[in-house]
Amino acid sequence: MTSQKAAQQESAESKHLIILLAGWFIPGAGHLMQRYWVRAAFLFTSVVSMFAIGLAIGGKVYHPNTGDLLEMLGFAGDLGSGGLYFVARLVGWGSTPVLVTVADYGTKFIVVSGLLNVVSAVDAYSLVNGRKR
Amino acid sequence: MTITHFTAAAIFAFFASIVLGITQRSVPCQMVRYGVFCFALFIAAVIIGSWLMYFIHS
Repeated sequence: MTSQKAAQQESAESKHLIILLAGWFIPGAGHLMQRYWVRAAFLFTSVVSMFAIGLAIGGKVYHPNTGDLLEMLGFAGDLGSGGLYFVARLVGWGSTPVLVTVADYGTKFIVVSGLLNVVSAVDAYSLVNGRKR
Repeated sequence: MTITHFTAAAIFAFFASIVLGITQRSVPCQMVRYGVFCFALFIAAVIIGSWLMYFIHS
């Protein structure tokens, strides 16, 4: 009986973790898996639009580095975008140097879209484990 | 693509407010209110900050 409960709890925890990771990799996927369609659509649109506008106005996508602290933090923020970050790196988007002020806004758009994506993935995790209704 | 500083800040505020509204509140009606509140705060901060920088510069 106890082992059955433990197995159920383990299975639930792994499901929660999958939702967290899905929400990180694809913006809004964590909410979509729990059938919060409207929230998922808004989160996906917001994060992807911010990322795309950031790239469109010439923002920079950070690479893994061990140099300047701000560069490392920028990389951590960018990585929050999950799949979008990997696609951008694969295609080579955001690799041109930032030359104008508005392009620097683009860099911030990309970093903040990653941070907001992490917030939304954690929100999906809170919904599935009952911490948030 | 070229946009002005204010447009960039307004777009930023718009999308960030949507995500904050959805993630920081539980009920849809409260989400909308909190999103609008965040958007207003972002825009107010941009306008006040801009005027402050203008006076500091001059």
